[in-house]
Amino acid sequence: MTAPSVARPRGRPRFSGLAWRRARWGYVFIAPWIVGFLAFTAFPMIATLAFTFTNVNLNQAEPLQFVGLRNYETLVSDQRTWDSLAVTLKFALLALPVAVCLPFVVALLLHSRHLRGSGAFRVLFFLPYVVPFVAGVFVWQGMLSADTGWVNGLLKFIGISHPPDWLQDPAWIYPGLVIMGLWGIGGGMIIYLAGLKGIPSDLYEAAKIDGAGAFATLRHITIPMMSPVIFFTIVLGVVDVLQYFLVPLVLKNGTGEPGGSTNFFNLYLYQNFFTFQNMSYGATLAWLLFAISLGLTLLLFRSARHWVYYAGEAR
Amino acid sequence: MAGVSAADLEDLTARPRLFGRRRARVVGSRPPRERGDRTRSFVLTLIAVVGLALFLSPMLRSVVYAVKSTDQITQAGTPLWPADPVTFGYEGKELPLLMVPLPDGSTRQLALLEPGRKSSTFIDPAAPDAAPIAWQGSWRTLEQIWQFAPHWENFAKVWDLIDYPRLLFNTLAIAIISTIGTLLSCTLVAYGFARFRFPGRSFLFTLLIATIFLPTAVTIIPTYTIFQKLGWVGTWLPLLVPTFFANAYDVFLMRQYFMTIPTEMDEAAAIDGAGPFRTLVSVILPQAWPVVIAVAIFHLVYAWNDFFGPLIYLSSNPDIQTIALGLQRFNGVHYRDPGLIQAGTLMTLIIPVVAFLFTQRFFTRGIVITGVDK
Repeated sequence: MTAPSVARPRGRPRFSGLAWRRARWGYVFIAPWIVGFLAFTAFPMIATLAFTFTNVNLNQAEPLQFVGLRNYETLVSDQRTWDSLAVTLKFALLALPVAVCLPFVVALLLHSRHLRGSGAFRVLFFLPYVVPFVAGVFVWQGMLSADTGWVNGLLKFIGISHPPDWLQDPAWIYPGLVIMGLWGIGGGMIIYLAGLKGIPSDLYEAAKIDGAGAFATLRHITIPMMSPVIFFTIVLGVVDVLQYFLVPLVLKNGTGEPGGSTNFFNLYLYQNFFTFQNMSYGATLAWLLFAISLGLTLLLFRSARHWVYYAGEAR
Repeated sequence: MAGVSAADLEDLTARPRLFGRRRARVVGSRPPRERGDRTRSFVLTLIAVVGLALFLSPMLRSVVYAVKSTDQITQAGTPLWPADPVTFGYEGKELPLLMVPLPDGSTRQLALLEPGRKSSTFIDPAAPDAAPIAWQGSWRTLEQIWQFAPHWENFAKVWDLIDYPRLLFNTLAIAIISTIGTLLSCTLVAYGFARFRFPGRSFLFTLLIATIFLPTAVTIIPTYTIFQKLGWVGTWLPLLVPTFFANAYDVFLMRQYFMTIPTEMDEAAAIDGAGPFRTLVSVILPQAWPVVIAVAIFHLVYAWNDFFGPLIYLSSNPDIQTIALGLQRFNGVHYRDPGLIQAGTLMTLIIPVVAFLFTQRFFTRGIVITGVDK
């Protein structure tokens, strides 16, 4: 992972006196992170786990006690939990492919040597990425409004007489939220662009000599060479989408409207904590979320061996 | 994390050689343009222009709505651009001008004097002293005449209503202090990981990277409880103090950059008797300013845009809130007034957007370093 080092014997690495003095400096320099990790990550994680076996409550009407698996029993029988998880997964099925593919397509376009002024396009496609998301929500809320929005204005103009009421109709709210998320493609786009720039041009020349067309080149060279970046985008995308709730929170004030379709899992989790002040049950939901994202991440890592191609691998 | 070995994460983190070093094309060796390239160029550029126009059109709509009057927004059939009805002053009243088709086949601009359901009377602005013209039909079907009239006062209204100067000060103060904290701590930690060998280094680095994948919810509850017991909820401290303890993204970014700096000068400095800290300040940092600037910009924008942190820690006290939170509160009160909301929205996004346009080279480069190498 770090700079190539002198081969060292297996087992405990041997450090001479001088090396130990250097090593100590290493610990000194990373100390701020170690302290921060213990205080803001490790301890809270363990405390959260401990909460799940107790009845911690902000008001603490009943005495604090060990309740065994009671929170987990509640979890299993709590229909709202499973409904909210279904909402998150349904949204993820729509949002994740867009978040992975669309930046890739835009990056391909910007990378094309046929495009004029690609530098300006790159800056402008990236620009909305720095817009504060609350501001982005209000901009898009107007844009998607049923009667004064420009999206429906355009749809009517091209002949669709009854365009959807994006943000009020349970059937259209997820596409609406995905459209709102489009302004976030800049991050993925820049990462893909960097990856595309890194593909050695001799591969493309070889493909050309072999008579490969544009599609075959994309399928057999660009996508395999980009698979590590695609993999990275998917993993981060999964972790992000499972935590999605802030946009609907701002948009619908946490009401879950329309028709419960924006009762996302993380919303329910934070409601348990901040609204119902039931820390223990909130903690149980948090660990469920952690377990799901860890499980999906591990599955992805396992699948990566079959489809992610590391050209630089020398192991 | 059982099952994810250090080697797996290494795959994610250690690919600078694949993507970082190679140049895509040798400068100057562009192949000669082929026939058909010109059309292809035109088509692709056209697609990009149309795509970009659609992509940024919400911004334009926001600007247009921010300078529209509430009357225009609530009324149907008004122009797309900000406009006021054209009026004609008649006997101390302002009469709206309408396009009136007359029995003789001509259409004239007349001022509506007495609106009626079936028939109305109009005044000809060209001859106001003449007798009013009676007209049969519903005046509501007539087209009104508008003139371009941007309502800049929406911005002034929001400035006062939202207490913009205070929100701006709060946001800037939080952003700057937390950026200082991030730069100080991440520089030290990144230097430790980049330049020193110590037992457990690769395990600790894997752990650091793994925190990127950790859902916030699994740590937030005890953290919030602790801050509450310390009496920090309702102050800036929960947003500022953790930044002095480094974060995975920025450490990773800086470490990757530090590792590209040759160690010869470190060694020379060490021979001259410089300690590790002195080496960091006088050898590494002078060569690492692009990444320092990139991290500073990243963190400034992050702090400016952060919503969840201010929401849970600052909600109880409006005087110390940030602009993102202030905008949401403002929307809760004035949501019936879209012009004001869009003006406030623009006032929230203008600073990061302008800052980005001025610093975009560092910004995009920074993302390239973090993103691709991970």
